Amino acid sequence: MSAAELKVKTLDWLDERTGWRMARDLMDHKVVPMHAGTAWYYFGGITLFLIGVQIFTGVLLLLYYRPTVAESFDSVRFIMTRVDFGWLIRSIHSWSANLLILSVFIHMFSVVFTHAYRRPRELTWLSGILLLGLMLGFGFSGYLLPWNQISYFATKVGTDVAGTTPVVGPAIARFLRGGEDVGAATLTRFFDFHVILLPLISFGLIGLHLGLVQKHGMSTPSGIPAARLSHIKFFPNFFLRELMVWYGVLAVLGTLAAVFPWELGEKADPFASAPAGIRPEWYFLAQFYTLKLIPSHVWIFEGELLGLFGFGALAAGWVLLPFWEAKRGGGRRTRLATGMAVFLVFYLVVFTILGYVK
Amino acid sequence: MQRTDSVDTGSQDRRTAISWLLGSAVAASLASFFYPVVRFLNPPKVAEISVNEVDAGKVADLKPNSGKIVKFGNKPVLLVHVNETDWKAFSAVCTHLNCTVQYQEARREIWCACHNGTYDLEGRVSSGPPPKPLEEMAVKIRGEDIVISRKG
Repeated sequence: MSAAELKVKTLDWLDERTGWRMARDLMDHKVVPMHAGTAWYYFGGITLFLIGVQIFTGVLLLLYYRPTVAESFDSVRFIMTRVDFGWLIRSIHSWSANLLILSVFIHMFSVVFTHAYRRPRELTWLSGILLLGLMLGFGFSGYLLPWNQISYFATKVGTDVAGTTPVVGPAIARFLRGGEDVGAATLTRFFDFHVILLPLISFGLIGLHLGLVQKHGMSTPSGIPAARLSHIKFFPNFFLRELMVWYGVLAVLGTLAAVFPWELGEKADPFASAPAGIRPEWYFLAQFYTLKLIPSHVWIFEGELLGLFGFGALAAGWVLLPFWEAKRGGGRRTRLATGMAVFLVFYLVVFTILGYVK
Repeated sequence: MQRTDSVDTGSQDRRTAISWLLGSAVAASLASFFYPVVRFLNPPKVAEISVNEVDAGKVADLKPNSGKIVKFGNKPVLLVHVNETDWKAFSAVCTHLNCTVQYQEARREIWCACHNGTYDLEGRVSSGPPPKPLEEMAVKIRGEDIVISRKG
């Protein structure tokens, strides 16, 4: 038997038992439309790549990290000062988390501006929104793990804000903290959320999200006539381009991590005053700054509660976008959706900057 | 005909050269990604607590024909009060597979529970799988205090 025959026989044997050729056929038929907005398609892939980086570096950090109040800060310091390239691995994990959130936001807004959430992609949109929530959850829970001063107080504030939600608030805050206050139990819980609970849910949802993208194919902006649209094969043509983009992202990530290593700060001390200039991660800054601006009482309502209601209403409108916008293609509702997206981008950018400088 | 052939060979060569360049660049960058990872996996040496002698308690606290485990730096040491005048101390780490040994009063020997290895009171293997004798330590009595130190 020649080598070529052997190869065919082996592949046949495998196909008979696994049906892998079906997957190959799917790959063969997958195409990507080429138009002025094709570049936006890369952000889903970039997000996926960064999730891969997070899993990889996260597994590495777990080799040395210890999730207890007594040891966590010192174990992170051990990673950064004693373990070879530990500072780099941790810095990449932190930077990658931030780029990941940024990439998710760009991905989401590109979907809104091209109205890619419309029928039949409502569930793709909803699963994406849930994934955004999970990614923010990863950020929030991971932030506490080094148990330093900044993250300790950020978690106190964050869980307190969750606690102001009407009716269920106190229960949520208690659940998140594992008690009345942020302490040893909170760290254990956040560790659980960060490395077990959120990853498990995310894997399922990412599978669903990607499956739906395969099922419906790439959405094209409605303004482009189908006749003028050309397509390229996903595999290998688009995939190779994606690889090159990922390579570029990795270069940016490596540079940021090496040139601006993530700091560790001081060990959390529950009996110290909150340090000046305390603020959450940048992706919570806009909301944080808004809450700072709202007076303690507006008419008969508590200010914080009012802010929370405002965010809630906006978020609900956003999540349900495919259900109220897509009823009629074009027209007033479409303009409203686009206007809302423009307003949100503007609000997020301005308030994030304000939250940062003030 | 010949001209075309030679042109083809030339472009083929260029193609091969470019593939090689691209391939080695990718390989080099992959190596640069994974080199730090391999180094990261290697746990840094945690300083061994180096001790030359430890206080093992009072003479009165350990009756004859009994033994106890004493911390010697971060290693366990088995101290045996053999009889009124005789004291012995050995590294308590079984030479077979690292278990911690204990003193058996009834049989007056040192026994390892993991795989039933036994040593006599000189630390020599008397039965079972251990390949080497236990490392002996020096015991000194200073008044009421027992002091264990490294031998030699």
